Amino acid sequence: MKSDLTSLSALVPAYPELLMAISALALLMAGVFIRNSSGRLAGVSIGLLLALAVLIVMQPQSGVLFNGGFIQDDFARYMKVLILLGSALALVLSVSSAAENGLAKFEYSTLIILATLGMMIMVSANDLMVLYIGIELQALSLYVMAAMRRDNAAATEAGLKYFVLGALASGMLLYGASLVYGFTGQTQLDKIAEVILLGERSVGVIFGLAFLLAGIAFKISAVPFHMWTPDVYEGAPTPVTAFFATGPKVAAMALLIRLVTDSFEPLARDWQQIVIFLSIASMVLAAFAGIGQKNLKRLIAYSSIGHMCFALVGLSAGSLVGIEGVAIYMAIYLVTTVGLFACILSLKGSTGYVESISDLAGLARTRPLVAATMAIMMFSLIGLPPLAGFFAKWHVFLAAIEAELFVLAIIGVFASAVSAFYYLRIFKTMYFDEPRDEFAPVPGELAFIMLVSGFLVASYYLTVGSPLVDAANFATSSLF
Amino acid sequence: MIISSNILTILTFLPLVGAFFVLIVPGNDSVALNNIRRISLVTTLLTFGFSLLLWSMFDPKETGFQFVIDIPWMGDVIGYRMGVDGISVLFIVLTAFLMPLVILSAWGSVKVRVREYMIAFLMLETLMIGVFSTLDLAMFYVFFEGGLIPMFLIIGVWGGKQRVQASYKFFFYTFVGSVLMLLAIMAMYWQTGTLDIAQLLRYEFSPQMQFWLWIAFFASFAVKLPMWPLHRWLPAAHVEAPTGGSVILAAILLKMGGYGFLRFSLPMFPDASLYFADFVFFFSLGAIIVTSLIAIVQEDIKKLIAYSSVAHMGFVTIGIFSANIYGVQGAIFQMLSHGIISAALFFSVGVIYDRLHTREIAAYGGLVERMPRYAAAFMIFTMANVGLPGTSGFIGEFLVLIGIFQVNTLVAFVALFAIILSAGYALWLYRRVIFGALGKESLKSMMDMDKRELAVMLPLIILTIFFGFYPAPILDTTAASVTALVTQYQSTIGALPIDALAQ
Repeated sequence: MKSDLTSLSALVPAYPELLMAISALALLMAGVFIRNSSGRLAGVSIGLLLALAVLIVMQPQSGVLFNGGFIQDDFARYMKVLILLGSALALVLSVSSAAENGLAKFEYSTLIILATLGMMIMVSANDLMVLYIGIELQALSLYVMAAMRRDNAAATEAGLKYFVLGALASGMLLYGASLVYGFTGQTQLDKIAEVILLGERSVGVIFGLAFLLAGIAFKISAVPFHMWTPDVYEGAPTPVTAFFATGPKVAAMALLIRLVTDSFEPLARDWQQIVIFLSIASMVLAAFAGIGQKNLKRLIAYSSIGHMCFALVGLSAGSLVGIEGVAIYMAIYLVTTVGLFACILSLKGSTGYVESISDLAGLARTRPLVAATMAIMMFSLIGLPPLAGFFAKWHVFLAAIEAELFVLAIIGVFASAVSAFYYLRIFKTMYFDEPRDEFAPVPGELAFIMLVSGFLVASYYLTVGSPLVDAANFATSSLF
Repeated sequence: MIISSNILTILTFLPLVGAFFVLIVPGNDSVALNNIRRISLVTTLLTFGFSLLLWSMFDPKETGFQFVIDIPWMGDVIGYRMGVDGISVLFIVLTAFLMPLVILSAWGSVKVRVREYMIAFLMLETLMIGVFSTLDLAMFYVFFEGGLIPMFLIIGVWGGKQRVQASYKFFFYTFVGSVLMLLAIMAMYWQTGTLDIAQLLRYEFSPQMQFWLWIAFFASFAVKLPMWPLHRWLPAAHVEAPTGGSVILAAILLKMGGYGFLRFSLPMFPDASLYFADFVFFFSLGAIIVTSLIAIVQEDIKKLIAYSSVAHMGFVTIGIFSANIYGVQGAIFQMLSHGIISAALFFSVGVIYDRLHTREIAAYGGLVERMPRYAAAFMIFTMANVGLPGTSGFIGEFLVLIGIFQVNTLVAFVALFAIILSAGYALWLYRRVIFGALGKESLKSMMDMDKRELAVMLPLIILTIFFGFYPAPILDTTAASVTALVTQYQSTIGALPIDALAQ
């Protein structure tokens, strides 16, 4: 691969990342030198993220650069748009409650920009080293964000726990990368595949693969690497949790897809076993562990563990249909999660923001819009038609059935039936119980997000469904 | 013509449009509430008008699907496909016919959250009509399962004391029952490369695959119908649901199970259907005998009617799996007639429940003295429920019995006891509620049915008796499609060795 770093035009395919990096530095400077600028900087950051998402859609650029270490293709563009939207919306969600949550600092939006940059690099990484840089840039920003509210014990604990376990995961990832390099002599993803194809199936590479997958499983919080998720979700300020639950999951999933389809395609049978195990274990654990939860954010943590692994069902098939299903799943998951957090963040009772499920009692009477949106999200997460969540599951299970993974599919659908129990409990609390608490008025931007996400999820089949399937199909075709 | 090519789309989504208007009506005072009720009524009446138009344009001699729409949508897999044949068209008419009555019956009795109530029912109507009019297997599942959401809401919000438990029971029985069907649908897609029901009906699955697909579909439909012993959600849901919810549940939602057997199990998996026929007969007889006996000892009026529904659905499954023209025609007729009669019975319970707010049989007695008109109406429906000749209840049961007699005389013999047992519980219920001395103070001030209630009851009375004497409009509409179905079934079974099924 010829690489020409001296000419600027060679860098064009990487223009979104370059723009992000430059803006992050500029924002940092602006934050240091301009007083009380956190609100304005957040606004600028939201604008930047959205503008970049639009640019990526409108101005497609493809290519490989940095000696084959960085790849920009349709799949990367699709995932980057999701990530940018997720980050922008997470930032919007934080605006109304930034002061209460200790997030009214200029570092917050800068960290989000940096984390987003890390995620974009993860999505475009075509080399184990670039991959690691992306993951670490993202993870280090996230650790800090989790502990942003320094004077709060829970937040500090969350940050520390996240950091220690995250470092462990990074260690495993690095170890795996070094094993793969040691046995193949390559770090570039597509070259690894070539070497594996030439030689026989060596145990060293398989060990490396297992460690790499373990590291990434931590990022998508798949069982048994999920332990940090409930604690971090609960301890971190809610807008930060919203951010954790959206972009980083999409980025890690995209990374996982690229890794297994690019470099370990010849070892499909080996990684499929691992992915199937992760998927079954997570679906079952999330379904049963969620039942006992009383805290809303912990519940969402288990729900997100479960949903990441429903997406893995599609990946475990390893086919184009499956990857396309994962891409659709991530888009729907993103919208649902953002809508859900918009609901939670708009509920400020007399004793602060809602924490436990029982705080939601009678919400349908006191805040019909919030309750209706939340209800739509709950039914969508259960996977009931005609909501978007059903179609998400439809695509991934379709791939599993095509690959004849019947046991996985059957366990999956029954796990989703079990998990329906806790989603329904939230619904029951909102609609069947009597109101107990008064809530402050809903901030305008949150109401807007709720309306839009609720509409998209509810009318999925009639409106966005068809274009989304086409887009996902177009994006994933670039991988095969 | 524009109408005839789009009529199914209009029918399916018109209620949704109405729901949207209900949603945007401003205000929450009595004027706004009345507007909401009027919009709902007009929407459902319009839908009913379109359904009659559909029936009048429907060509009963045609055996294939009519008014077909086939547009690719959402990638290559799921499409927007619509169409009706003789089997499905009348279920659409039945749904559209009952909905205005449901809305009307809620006029005075539902006072809290009227807006949500109407939206839930209008959404439910879209989903129910969708079930019967779609020709895409995935969309069938979407409509079939989508009904869970509004029904869960209806039971849980407007239900009685045990509503939460009942709504959960309803949700989980149905949801768990149908997830396997989802996987079966996907397996069928990969086997045939299409989800178009019209094409799937022509495909011959291998016996082994039929075996598994039949089980997956059966799990879903048997819960929905419901078949004994999977019926346990039904009494709870019926008892706790508000009147309108019970009516729709008994009249339409249960029929989706029977419709599913007719549309999918019998024609698509004929060998498996034959293989499992005795199994189905056994559980149908169980339903007929056991739930009839259970119905006799009930002390709650709604529960009694709910158990009698399960028993009547036993006839439907026997008719379907006897797989000859009499049996299948009888099963369809029984479903439609039960749709009218059970709706009428639940409306009747609603009338006295609105006055006394109890469903205990013991709380009533001697109502005939205060409510002669009500007593007469309830008498007609009770007789129809028993299956007295001259009411629509008789025709369906009689046809099913003729059908099954050709196939299995023993089953026919046992099924006959149902008629005696149903007379037992229904007449005894009537005696305890209507006759006897008017001794209780609370009953002495009961008023007879008012105009609104009469307006709900009258169409049902007329249809019950009309179809009892003249069933031809229904039987003629279904005849061609049923004949085609049965002929195809008889010609495909045995083409492949039966023994292969068991492996």
